[in-house]
Amino acid sequence: MNNFVSPDLYPAAPEIFLLAMACGILLIDLFLTQSRRWITAALTHATLIGCALITIFTFNDQVVLTFSNMFVDDALSDVLKLLVYGSVAVMLVYTRGYLRDRGLDKGEFYLLVLFATLGMMVMISAAHFLTLYLGLELLSLSLYALVALDRDSPRATEAAMKYFVLGALASGLLLYGMSMLYGATGTLEIGGVAQALYHGSAVGTVMIFGLVFVVAGIAFKLGAVPFHMWIPDVYHGAPTAITLFIGSAPKLAAFAMAMRLLVYGMFDLAEQWQTMLMIMAVLSIAVGNLAAIAQTNIKRMLAYSAISHMGFMLLGLMSGVAGERPDPSMVVNAYSSAFYYTVAYVLMSLGSFGVILLLSRVGYEAENLEDFKGLNKRSPWFAFIMMVLMFSMAGVPFFVGFFAKFSVLLAAIGAGYLWVAIVAVMFSLVGAFYYLRIVKLMYFDAPTDAAPIVASMDMRVLLSVNGLAVALLGIFPQGIMALCTQTLMRSL
Amino acid sequence: MELTTYLFYFLAAIMVLAGLRVITARNPVHAVLWLVLAFFTTGALWILLRAEFLAIALIMVYVGAVMVLFLFVVMMLDINIERLRQGFWSYLPLGATIGLLMVVEMSMVLAGRYFGLSVLPEPAASPAGYSNTKELGRLLFTDYVYPFELASVILLVAIIAAVVLTLRRRKDTKYQKPSEQIAVKRNDRLRIVTMASETDPPTEAAVPANEQGGK
Repeated sequence: MNNFVSPDLYPAAPEIFLLAMACGILLIDLFLTQSRRWITAALTHATLIGCALITIFTFNDQVVLTFSNMFVDDALSDVLKLLVYGSVAVMLVYTRGYLRDRGLDKGEFYLLVLFATLGMMVMISAAHFLTLYLGLELLSLSLYALVALDRDSPRATEAAMKYFVLGALASGLLLYGMSMLYGATGTLEIGGVAQALYHGSAVGTVMIFGLVFVVAGIAFKLGAVPFHMWIPDVYHGAPTAITLFIGSAPKLAAFAMAMRLLVYGMFDLAEQWQTMLMIMAVLSIAVGNLAAIAQTNIKRMLAYSAISHMGFMLLGLMSGVAGERPDPSMVVNAYSSAFYYTVAYVLMSLGSFGVILLLSRVGYEAENLEDFKGLNKRSPWFAFIMMVLMFSMAGVPFFVGFFAKFSVLLAAIGAGYLWVAIVAVMFSLVGAFYYLRIVKLMYFDAPTDAAPIVASMDMRVLLSVNGLAVALLGIFPQGIMALCTQTLMRSL
Repeated sequence: MELTTYLFYFLAAIMVLAGLRVITARNPVHAVLWLVLAFFTTGALWILLRAEFLAIALIMVYVGAVMVLFLFVVMMLDINIERLRQGFWSYLPLGATIGLLMVVEMSMVLAGRYFGLSVLPEPAASPAGYSNTKELGRLLFTDYVYPFELASVILLVAIIAAVVLTLRRRKDTKYQKPSEQIAVKRNDRLRIVTMASETDPPTEAAVPANEQGGK
């Protein structure tokens, strides 16, 4: 009975550090006046940097389990966490001016962002259904509150309400699926479920029954059709700064969730869930690209584009296993292409919402397509950055988005889904229309708005670096691709 | 059949009935009260399963605190039931078909074949002096300490979110601040201006004082 060994806290050091810092900032922020809010922002950045340093210095190649096999620290979790810190830090720089202009620059914003980051880290490191679920709830709860942060905007409140109700429903589906998996295998540990499946001791029908619900929960988090309804409304209704947050780091966490549940937990059911993912991928690519054409609001357009991008990411996830015996190199290839796609998407999403934030100012939201008219005359440099981002999202060759699409399509073809790849290419050609429309508006139309672009130096520099990274990583894609492949080889 | 079996079916029937009434009751207050009944019977069922601690926690936390709060909220809100029921009949056929399909599909999987009494092994009898509560406490603070801490962080986020969403000054309220009212100084309300004495006829002296304030 008393054979409990106290858990090894070392692998969870980044999470513990972040929680301690968040509680400290919570107290310090109470004593700061609005004019000193930069201290909270600086401390938040310091926390993220501290977490990154801890993650780097505690990096090792082994898969370490702690907290009674509930927490896993492997190469995948470390790399994903570093990417999350990076994208959250970039998000904080981009949004600072926007939030200050609108009086949303409260201490609670930074705290909720930190707690959401903690939720993502918990999800990334989850080795147990319970911790995965709790991490998801921690992330979602913080996001619901962030969406509703602007209390005087009825649209934001409505978006938060929709997000909350649908999110609760999706959590319910996920939990129900997990309870079925528990019923079939008798364990909540992700590794234990995989073991039970491998040894054939799990009841097949019940497993598949649970799998359907789990896949629905994952699809909701990713925003894949037919669980995409919340994405356009939430992206549109939330303050742009929060949209930027929702559209970036949580996608990495959702990818981690899909990896942990499907690949680590139910690899032996791959044939079943690959079919489900295939249907969702095709539908997401089709619906996302077609609906985006009809949008006049750029946030809504990018929301539909997010749906189609998640469809492409699923193309990678569904191509791991073909035939009876899984081929290890193909497995790594497929999942690392999905990983690469997620990273590339987060980079592009940060940049494009960053440009929207750059053009917004006090009392003015640059969220309609018309607001981009003649951007080239107002600021040739940022028009160029936006053009790079749009070309990359459309998948024009030699930008990072092209190689991401290329690698998932190769993976899909390798797994024998040639027709899916053809459909995906056709719809991405359709999708190129609405990305190129923005380029046309920026370069060939007369500006309707002559106000100068005001932004802090750090945002200008970071946004330029972001745009250039999208261009340069397209010319030299091997670095990140190798990182994704190496990470997965070490942790699968 | 033993007494506990009769008790189980009796309580289960009440629970299902109460659950049905929660979603069919016309008045939201009645729905909340039916939900209280459903929680009570669930608690009783858990006692039959020898999970005394969970049963008492359910009744204390849910019935005692959560549902009472819920009742307050439902009574405070001015819910227009007629408006809520709008479109109920037009959506009913589609909703009922999908719901029925799902129930049939789910019962095909769940109806006894995999989870029936004959399939699952009988749980081992607990030794004498076995305490459910003690066991729960031991697990919560040893094996499950990580999820336990995470749950507490989620509660902290809920507190922060509730504060940030509700603690604000509404633009349209006109309430007074007594602390500012009693701390008021003469100089905040009264401005004494020096001005030249007026000797002109009374019609010109009626010009408001603030127009001559700068003199």
